[in-house]
Amino acid sequence: MFYRENGQFKTNYKADQQIFAITQDRWAVLALIAFAFIGVPMMVDEYLFRAILIPFLILALAAVGLNILVGYCGQLSLGSGAFMAIGAYGAYNFIMRIEGMPLILALLLGGVCATIAGIVFGIPSLRVRGLYLAVATLAAQFFWDWAFLRIGWFTIYTPSGSVAVSNLQVFGWTINSPVEKYWFCLGFLTVFALLAKNLVRSAIGRNWMAIRDMDVAAAVIGIQPLYAKLSAFAVSSFIIGVAGGLWGFVHLGGWEPAAFDIQRSFQLLFMVIIGGMGSIMGSMFGAAFIVALPIFLNQALPVVGSWVGVTISTAGIAHAEFMIFGALIVWFLIVEPHGLARLWSIGKQKMRIWPFPH
Amino acid sequence: MKLRKLMLGAAAAAMGVSALLAPVSSAQAEETQFFPSLVYRTGAYAPNGIPFANGYSDYYRLVNERGGINGVKITVEECETGYSTDRIVECYERLKGQNGGATVFQPLSTGGTFALTEKAPVDKIPLITAGLGRSESEDGGIFKWNFPLLGTYWVAADVLVQHVGKEAGGLDKLKGKKIALIYHDSAYGKEPIPLMQKRAEMHGFELQLLPVAHPGVEQKATWLKVRRNRPDYVFLWGWGVMNSTAIKEAVATGYPREKMYGVWWSGAEPDVKDVADAAKGYNSLALQHSAEYDSSVVKEVLAKLHDQGKGTGPREEVGQVLYMRGLISAMLATEGMRVAQAKYGKGKRITGEQMRWGLENMNLTTIGLNSLGFGGVMRTTSTSCNDHMGASWARIQTWNGKGWDVGNTWYEGDRKVLGPMVTATANKYAADKKLTRRAASDCNS
Repeated sequence: MFYRENGQFKTNYKADQQIFAITQDRWAVLALIAFAFIGVPMMVDEYLFRAILIPFLILALAAVGLNILVGYCGQLSLGSGAFMAIGAYGAYNFIMRIEGMPLILALLLGGVCATIAGIVFGIPSLRVRGLYLAVATLAAQFFWDWAFLRIGWFTIYTPSGSVAVSNLQVFGWTINSPVEKYWFCLGFLTVFALLAKNLVRSAIGRNWMAIRDMDVAAAVIGIQPLYAKLSAFAVSSFIIGVAGGLWGFVHLGGWEPAAFDIQRSFQLLFMVIIGGMGSIMGSMFGAAFIVALPIFLNQALPVVGSWVGVTISTAGIAHAEFMIFGALIVWFLIVEPHGLARLWSIGKQKMRIWPFPH
Repeated sequence: MKLRKLMLGAAAAAMGVSALLAPVSSAQAEETQFFPSLVYRTGAYAPNGIPFANGYSDYYRLVNERGGINGVKITVEECETGYSTDRIVECYERLKGQNGGATVFQPLSTGGTFALTEKAPVDKIPLITAGLGRSESEDGGIFKWNFPLLGTYWVAADVLVQHVGKEAGGLDKLKGKKIALIYHDSAYGKEPIPLMQKRAEMHGFELQLLPVAHPGVEQKATWLKVRRNRPDYVFLWGWGVMNSTAIKEAVATGYPREKMYGVWWSGAEPDVKDVADAAKGYNSLALQHSAEYDSSVVKEVLAKLHDQGKGTGPREEVGQVLYMRGLISAMLATEGMRVAQAKYGKGKRITGEQMRWGLENMNLTTIGLNSLGFGGVMRTTSTSCNDHMGASWARIQTWNGKGWDVGNTWYEGDRKVLGPMVTATANKYAADKKLTRRAASDCNS
């Protein structure tokens, strides 16, 4: 009732194949993007930008990348932290070693480095599946952790292995204030999410999904597992690598390999699982859930405590945050195993058929 | 169906709560100075993070009991970081604008220091990293906002080499000896390596680097190497559970504790108390102070805070090594504030920029220290535009099974060795960042 597609007739293939076939959907998404670019910067303070929105955007980008691999192609990976690190250190090396290297190009080249590493560490996926593959990609995580800690060349021999960048600029536009950083990351996320969405709707995306649903059957109907799996690894690690570059350059400013440790890989995997496997929108929901909820709990608990007249110690808050967060994850997985994206589509369906239940 | 409704309800409620929370940004009364406190009371580094945080908190309370700094009371807010860099950044962003603006940050994490070093000049909030942080940041000409007061890791490594050289009967006697550095595999643990390499080159000892991965509970392989190589000395650069694990492993390996030397972050009660007697003979650096149960500031804290039920943490830990480090770190901050007030107006709140000037022009004399209750706890120090570290005194302390016995020799980093390294590394940093060295005229601003 709230929105129906009655009377919207498609008269050509182009109209039939667009991402949002329903006019109302299309306008809603455009309005959302416009709001994100123009509305949000007008009403949000610096803290929200730096502590929540910018990490959210970057991790959402990484989650989109991982979702292509895990959600669309069905290849479980625990190496995403390493691919982020490769993206960050790759971009760092390009920008430091080549005079006058533009920032965006360096970030993309960092992504290319991650792509190459992703393909190499994706090779085991041709022989092993599921949990075994997860263990194989774990090797990528440990190997690159080790490499960035031990091999001085990657960090240009800084004494403690910690690297830092500043004075980011694109075509003379300096990215310094939180709003500029937010726009920069939002631009990346918008472009890459659009590309990813189109990719998964295309022939290659259908190849990935065929492999995910049953690889033997997919091979029988003529899909090459080698090509499909490695291309999923390549695209996924490219996006994750770019996200890693943004994480280091834009969010942290200075980092050491610990910023991309195994925890980060798990965090990204949880985003994909909670947000919804095989859904671009779900990656963003998942990222929002994982990034914002702990911080929200951390700040809400003392306030809630003060309402009932209890002062919670700093350690108590940290412990409670872990417990509530864990409980919520379990609860979400039981109530909606298909993730937040599924809730979203149920909600949309409900709006369409309202006031009738079916 | 019901569950789903419940969930939607919960989501709506969460949004409602967040809407309520948003306008809680504070409108505090004037003439209070805000000192944010980044702590880690949970996680693998909590055993060492808690006493520091308690001392840090207690000193600000004590200052308020004493009537504030020229009447300006202090507000403190803690934020739990769990020693993770991204949580440190989040806490920094959360606290920097609260209560009228943060005065100074003390991250107590070298990884966090690296991240915040890039943010401090933009936000104009100084960083104090007393006894930690990046070693080259003592060069105030390049690192305008960093204050590694009291000492850096290069100083620590230098002092340890000087000490073992003295033990061996002269630095030239170190030739052919083997020194193993067991370090936390992070920015923190890697800081001393360049200095150790330089000293190894100078004196001809062999340096063995043995990294231990975070959080440091898995050290079997490391100590197997120690058993095989039999180094003459082991330097320990650990933090949190890594320290106590290392000492337990040393006991299991049979490596003499007398030949082990920890940095000042590896020489506190939580590190040795689990093994108590077996750790006997273990040495570590004492940055200025050791455990100081009899100092007048500790007595004052006990009388004014803990006896009144206003103290932070357990009473018996007041005066322990890391508790004292927390006290001193807070004292350096408030003394910087006092200096800034003397220039910019007594009894007024100061900005981050004024605080930076205060930290840069500190001069803690014996009389000043005595009046603060820190007589005998630390030596005099002063900072300047180019010297953001000040005096860097340290001694060697030895665990006797119950407490620390502090040696009599005071060491300081050798400027002939450190000076050129600091300048070269700081200049490299400046070149990478396209910064220029501060002009002399900038020193008075």
